[in-house]
Amino acid sequence: MNTQDYLKIEKAANRNRRIRTGITYFLLVVWAIIVLFPFYWMLLTSIKSYGSYNAEYVPKFFTLSPTLQNYIDAFTQVPLARYFANTLIFAIITTAAMLVVIVLAAFAFARLEFKGRNTLFSLFLSLMMIPNELVIITNFVTITNLGMRNTFTGLILPSITSIFYIYLLKENFEQIPDELYKAAKVDGTSDLKYLLKVMIPICQPTIVTIAILKVIECWNSYVWPRLITDDENYFLVSNGIQAIRENGFGRENIPAMMAAVVVISVPLIILFLIFHKKIMAGVSRGGTKG
Amino acid sequence: MKIVLDHLTKRYPNRTKGEADVIAVNDFNFEIPDGKLIGLLGPSGCGKSTTLNLISGLETATSGKIWFGDDDVTNVPPENRGVGLVFQSYALYPHLTVRQNIMFPLENVKGKDRLTKEQMKEKALEAAKLVQIEMLMDRKPSQLSGGQQQRVAIARALVKLPRVLLLDEPLSNLDARLRLATREEIRRIQTETKLTTVFVTHDQEEAMSISDFIVVMKDGIVQQIGKPQDVYDHPGNLFVAKFLGTPPINVFEGKVENGAIVVNGERILEIEGVEDQDVYVGIRPEGFLLDEKGTFHCAKKQVEVMGRDTSIVFDNPASVSESLRAIITLDNRDAIGDTVCFALKPNKVEIFKKDTEARIDYTVKGA
Amino acid sequence: MRKIKPWLYLLPAILFLAAFMVYPLIDVFIYSFEEGYNSASQTFRGVGLYNYMYVLRDPYFIQALKNTFILVIITVPLSTGIALLIALGLNSIPKLKDLFQTIFFLPYVTNTLAVGLVFMILFKKTAYSDGLINMLINMFGGSSIDFIDGPYWAKMFVLCFYTVWIVLPFKILILTSALASVDQNLYKAAKIDGTSRWRTFTRITLPMISPMIFYLIITGFIGAFKAYSDAVALFGTDLNAAGMNTIVGYIYDMLYGNGGGYPSYASSAALILFAVVLTITAINLTLSGSGNKK
Repeated sequence: MNTQDYLKIEKAANRNRRIRTGITYFLLVVWAIIVLFPFYWMLLTSIKSYGSYNAEYVPKFFTLSPTLQNYIDAFTQVPLARYFANTLIFAIITTAAMLVVIVLAAFAFARLEFKGRNTLFSLFLSLMMIPNELVIITNFVTITNLGMRNTFTGLILPSITSIFYIYLLKENFEQIPDELYKAAKVDGTSDLKYLLKVMIPICQPTIVTIAILKVIECWNSYVWPRLITDDENYFLVSNGIQAIRENGFGRENIPAMMAAVVVISVPLIILFLIFHKKIMAGVSRGGTKG
Repeated sequence: MKIVLDHLTKRYPNRTKGEADVIAVNDFNFEIPDGKLIGLLGPSGCGKSTTLNLISGLETATSGKIWFGDDDVTNVPPENRGVGLVFQSYALYPHLTVRQNIMFPLENVKGKDRLTKEQMKEKALEAAKLVQIEMLMDRKPSQLSGGQQQRVAIARALVKLPRVLLLDEPLSNLDARLRLATREEIRRIQTETKLTTVFVTHDQEEAMSISDFIVVMKDGIVQQIGKPQDVYDHPGNLFVAKFLGTPPINVFEGKVENGAIVVNGERILEIEGVEDQDVYVGIRPEGFLLDEKGTFHCAKKQVEVMGRDTSIVFDNPASVSESLRAIITLDNRDAIGDTVCFALKPNKVEIFKKDTEARIDYTVKGA
Repeated sequence: MRKIKPWLYLLPAILFLAAFMVYPLIDVFIYSFEEGYNSASQTFRGVGLYNYMYVLRDPYFIQALKNTFILVIITVPLSTGIALLIALGLNSIPKLKDLFQTIFFLPYVTNTLAVGLVFMILFKKTAYSDGLINMLINMFGGSSIDFIDGPYWAKMFVLCFYTVWIVLPFKILILTSALASVDQNLYKAAKIDGTSRWRTFTRITLPMISPMIFYLIITGFIGAFKAYSDAVALFGTDLNAAGMNTIVGYIYDMLYGNGGGYPSYASSAALILFAVVLTITAINLTLSGSGNKK
């Protein structure tokens, strides 16, 4: 083969590469549209007036007379603000309480020496395989019997521990060199102080990631709140949206429903936009949905 | 197969807009003679790996040409160049056995040139025998030591009978003892196969010990090309002088004045043929002789005995090196006082221009 | 004191786990064998397999089982395949990879119920409007279908579509990082040796990321078997009426809601689900194990 032939090969290869890249971009853009479209549609519908929405037999992709009336309706005609506040309280208390519990446990597993440590840890790990559906039945009965239905305590209690996060944090704690602990011991630092002043600051990135993931989980939790609350005053956003859907605005007021959907989706999307690197890194380290 | 690099240049567009391009390889000219082993040497980021990638075809040159013998391969895709490439990290397929790894390149061949399974196995075994790993054929890479993995990688590169063998830092992932053995092994394989071989390394000792020629590079520019000993003895500039040799050459600020090299006010070597000027003075550690009549006075800091050598760590106000070191043969190290007087071996003393850092030729007076 | 201290640190975790995981785990077995349990008086008639028999004969459970199996069989391979394609695409465009990856991850952080509502509106056919999707179908010459209250296959299609939309971000993320972590030198070596694109994919890429693919298939099966809230989001809380109930939905319906108050039936159903998931996981592990040995 001579240079001419090689140039031909090279040209063909370049052309193929360009075609391939084109197809790749096309498919990725198509999927991006499929992903983004529902978000666009909820925003769009939420600013269409009730009348104009229902007048559209063929849906329009834009609106020329945007209105915020639906948002006003969402906050006045249904207790959206209450759902929102409930979820916020639920997410913050659950996450804070869980962090305390898992930090203490992870510290004990990672740093303290005691008999049966490994056995206990294996036991913890084996519990990780138990699906929620199996234990939720008894938990429902327990909370009901304790008279804690329709209380925050009842909502929060079962989700305060997460073995997976204990595991994640323990792994992270173990990466802190032993020498640091020994040095602190020589200086007379107590275990608790070492945990608070050394380990937590060093592992702060992981702890923040866990906190964000837990908040997302709380924000989206549906099954347990549905079982444990039937009083609207304790509904979280997921149950709230379901209640709105089934008997919310008295009529099928879809634009107002979409306004409510936007309101409850926005906090997570903002959280995601700020922390997307952290969230994605945390999830790829072994998180699963829900 | 002789390789010719003809005004080879590789630029990368700068990531930040408006900044100048990065020139990884700048106007590289060299003819690699057939069947020789060439060491491409330089600190990291000097463009030696880019040069290798240009030869292999993994990257294409911005300008310039590459010839394999009489073929212009500048625009030929890598798979049609007939090169074997060995990586620092070996790049063995971890899920395949040694045999499957070595056979992999042969299985890529399509059409009438494709060998039968039996022929492939035969060829793989031949290559394995050449690097002496024929007893490991059914193992997975993870079951091999680093040195053995490197041999498999070499066998995989050799099995398709390449025209050129390229080795990218092949020894860097090995421990010191294995590195020595594998180094000799590579030389042996190269001698046996008579393949034109290009070997990239940042370790000057490695390059010096096995190469027929070394190419010293810095910032994409070839500094010097030559036989290892020639380059060591006659470094073209201060960079090459500093880069070759362990312990490194001792560098002083000095000047040429009235027919002598002067350091710290002392006339340390009488020379001829150089005009008076400020210079850098480089003295190899082995260039020092303990001599009571010596004219070079330095302050002793420490004496280290390492096996057969004694090395004196000393200080001098005119020094620009981080530490100064002389290696001498001496039995009675108690005899060294706090101030040491050195005489110098003339062929171990180099002077360099202050501005360009190029070496200045001189003759020793009376020689 | 020194010996007690570690246990003090562990105490909260142990207490919570004991109360809300270990005890319920034992209890669910007990419930499932207690016949005729009355949740008001907390008494039961006898012990036996009646609850299991009841559940397995319940047409609603059979429907839920069928729905769940169809959902699993369609969405697990489909979502894994699409995720692999997208991940391959993402890794071939270094420039915009981060942007696309961030967009593709968005469904992961959305409220399933809330976005489900949007999907419902997109697919639903009402008296006022056929909905956006039907508009598209009409554009291509098809006739309108009610995906939310219409024929079974249409409802199943929406459920599968929404499920794939929801689970894809996680799979794309895992596969993209798996692909990115493959030693790039392997590809260079393959290129030098003239390996074709397809062969590089089947002989290098796939084997290198196969552990992650198996991981996704296993977690995908487990996740899909537990499908519930996506169905609620699309079809409302009364899934039995819509004929779109899932096993998990059946469990919750038995426990609470209109047909609720039967923790024993719920427990039996939950244990049946657990057994199914365990069996499928075991089969998966055996398959991947033998696949790896080869």
